Amino acid sequence: MKDHLRPAFILLVLLSALTGLLYPLAVTAIAQTLFPREASGSLVMRDGKARGSRLIGQSFSEPRYFWGRLSATGPVPYNAAASTGSNLGPMNKALRDAALARIEALRAADPGNKAPVPVDLVTASGSGLDPHISVAAALYQAPRVARLRAMSVKAVEAMIGRHTTGRGLGVFGEPVVNVLELNLALDAGGGSER
Amino acid sequence: MTINNLVQGGLYVALLIVLAWPLGSFMARLYEGKRTILDPVLGPFERLLYRVAGVKPEVEMNWTAYAGALLVFNLLGFLAVYSLQRLQHLLPLNPMGLGPVSPDSSFNTAVSFATNTNWQGYGGETTMSYLTQMLALTVQNFVSAAAGMAVLVALIRGLARRQVETIGSFWVDMVRSTLYVLLPLSLVLAVFLVSQGVVQTFRPSQTVTLLEPARDADGKAVTEQTIAVGPAASQVAIKQLGTNGGGFFNANSAHPLENPTALSNLAELVSILLIPAALCFTFGRMVRDERQGVSILLAMTVTLVGFYGFTASAEQAGNPMFAAIGADIGYGADHPGGNMEGKEARFGIAQSALWATATTAASNGSVNAMHDSFTPLGGLGPMVLMQLGEVVFGGVGSGLYGMLVFAIVTVFIAGLMVGRTPEYLGKKIEAFEIKMASIALLAPSGMVLAGTAISVVTTGGVAGIFNPGAHGFSEVLYNLSSASNNNGSAFGGMSTNTPFYNLLLGLCMLVGRYWIAIPVLALAGSLARKKAVASGPGTFPTHTPLFVALLLAMVVLVGALTFLPALALGPIVEHLMMTAAA
Repeated sequence: MKDHLRPAFILLVLLSALTGLLYPLAVTAIAQTLFPREASGSLVMRDGKARGSRLIGQSFSEPRYFWGRLSATGPVPYNAAASTGSNLGPMNKALRDAALARIEALRAADPGNKAPVPVDLVTASGSGLDPHISVAAALYQAPRVARLRAMSVKAVEAMIGRHTTGRGLGVFGEPVVNVLELNLALDAGGGSER
Repeated sequence: MTINNLVQGGLYVALLIVLAWPLGSFMARLYEGKRTILDPVLGPFERLLYRVAGVKPEVEMNWTAYAGALLVFNLLGFLAVYSLQRLQHLLPLNPMGLGPVSPDSSFNTAVSFATNTNWQGYGGETTMSYLTQMLALTVQNFVSAAAGMAVLVALIRGLARRQVETIGSFWVDMVRSTLYVLLPLSLVLAVFLVSQGVVQTFRPSQTVTLLEPARDADGKAVTEQTIAVGPAASQVAIKQLGTNGGGFFNANSAHPLENPTALSNLAELVSILLIPAALCFTFGRMVRDERQGVSILLAMTVTLVGFYGFTASAEQAGNPMFAAIGADIGYGADHPGGNMEGKEARFGIAQSALWATATTAASNGSVNAMHDSFTPLGGLGPMVLMQLGEVVFGGVGSGLYGMLVFAIVTVFIAGLMVGRTPEYLGKKIEAFEIKMASIALLAPSGMVLAGTAISVVTTGGVAGIFNPGAHGFSEVLYNLSSASNNNGSAFGGMSTNTPFYNLLLGLCMLVGRYWIAIPVLALAGSLARKKAVASGPGTFPTHTPLFVALLLAMVVLVGALTFLPALALGPIVEHLMMTAAA
């Protein structure tokens, strides 16, 4: 065993320097040169101010905005300093309560809409930071947002289209709508407010 | 099971095999000491490492020396990870000013990363400084994976060689795995991930102004969002490639800054199984019979596809409760449907089920969806894959050596049926081999069942359970299965960052790693000493569909006999209750 100590120690030190320092530093250097925006968190700037990250969702509850997924982070939803899912099991009453509360809130904000709610809109994401909803979940909310912003439903649906990302390579994953970018676009004059 | 789920799963498997084949040939050349295309770049550096460390690369080891080197190297690694966590508040690269990690959590994490489990009792962004993430965790991501590959290569040499004492040099196998395989692949993957939006920066958290103020639990308005960032891409790349799985952020690869797009997801998903699949080809090359590697790979792939189908179907069918309260859980072209609790919209059902299957087939343990919130049967699939002993692809190196242990047991059982001394690849399988194989098969299962039993009858164990009812039992069973089989994924609702679970799960991880690796090295030594017997009419060929079927049956039978009663108390009863309630 003693014969092993020297090579074990020296190789651990050298490989630590290589894989624990040089490697991440090299990746950082390449990343910051080639993809500076992405490497720093894909921040969205408006009027010189950082209003969010393109990849991190925000909590929306005002009816004139599109709402995103539920978020189980604490103490506030969409806490991007402490990501987590709800981890609620399928039979847990809290799961039903959260979904039901969301359905009721959606119905209260849009009384005429009796359609079933797309399931991604009543469930919490794994990260608690999901920036996206399904296209169906956006279309479901389009009449409400259109009404409150005095826009035509068609115009809102066109904006949804512009903020939709298709499947990867046309096959992988699901088509999604970026909620923050869509709401920013609405505020920027996609329609006058009321 | 929708067409969408089938197409996404099928293309993934095809892509995996196409990429694994050339990598497998490359690794065969590497471990046989032949020249590779990377020699001009890395050769001088490799020789320098040996010179400084006093390693003579041409001096090979017998199995006890090989095992000794592995243990000493891992012990030092354990001490380094433990110390860095305990001292991180005094060290640089801690821009968030995080304090030292508790002793029991540090112990658990150090064991976890040294054994290639990467079970995480802690939340990354709230616990570990950038220095700890890099110098403790990323380093072990590389070298623990390399150690697993080294043990596998030693076993392959044992099968391939005749009447010799030595099975290679641990130092050379470990260094070559790191330098020539893991490091170049990680570099390429990390840069690709950044292009998709994975962060790689040394700046502290970013603060942004929210569009609409949020309310915290006390009703106070919160106008800003703090976004944790860090050098994530470099760590994410190796945690996928080295079947480590320990996330930079708490939500692991569900976190949009760790896995932002469908393409980053595909790249990370391929990386989970790339090296384990490629090693099957390496094995075939090194034993001079490529059919042997293909038959093992076939057995693994069939199992993977079957489990994917099972898990995807369960998740796509979803939770009837949601439909009952007015949600739409059907699949549509613009709507994933199914059970979306704990899943990201960009991944939907197919990519989440595919990931859950791949990460538990391999002993990766990273997640892109929360397994605790899966439907009962959707969670059963990943749980069983771990309980099968992490041999369906499994960890880099460790998966294939686990599967080769099963292959040895399979030829033994087949030999019993016809009353003949069994042989595998020309080596007679005798009492010593079967003893070692049995230890390797039984030790982790024993830890799962004993650990679960202890946890559900002690206060410390029960205190951690999060979900009520049968699901709570599933949490315990899942997490003990994960630790004992060195997977690292979790039913994450359970509070495991307690002294009770940190110690119990730490112990499970140690048994799960070394009570397999050391018997496997003993096997390698014993096999290397044997002479090869010519195959005769009574030899059971191990490259035929019959062998693949028998091997699969053996894996499933051992797993089912061991775990069916426990599974009945957790996911199975929960499934019956869920469907009855609807």
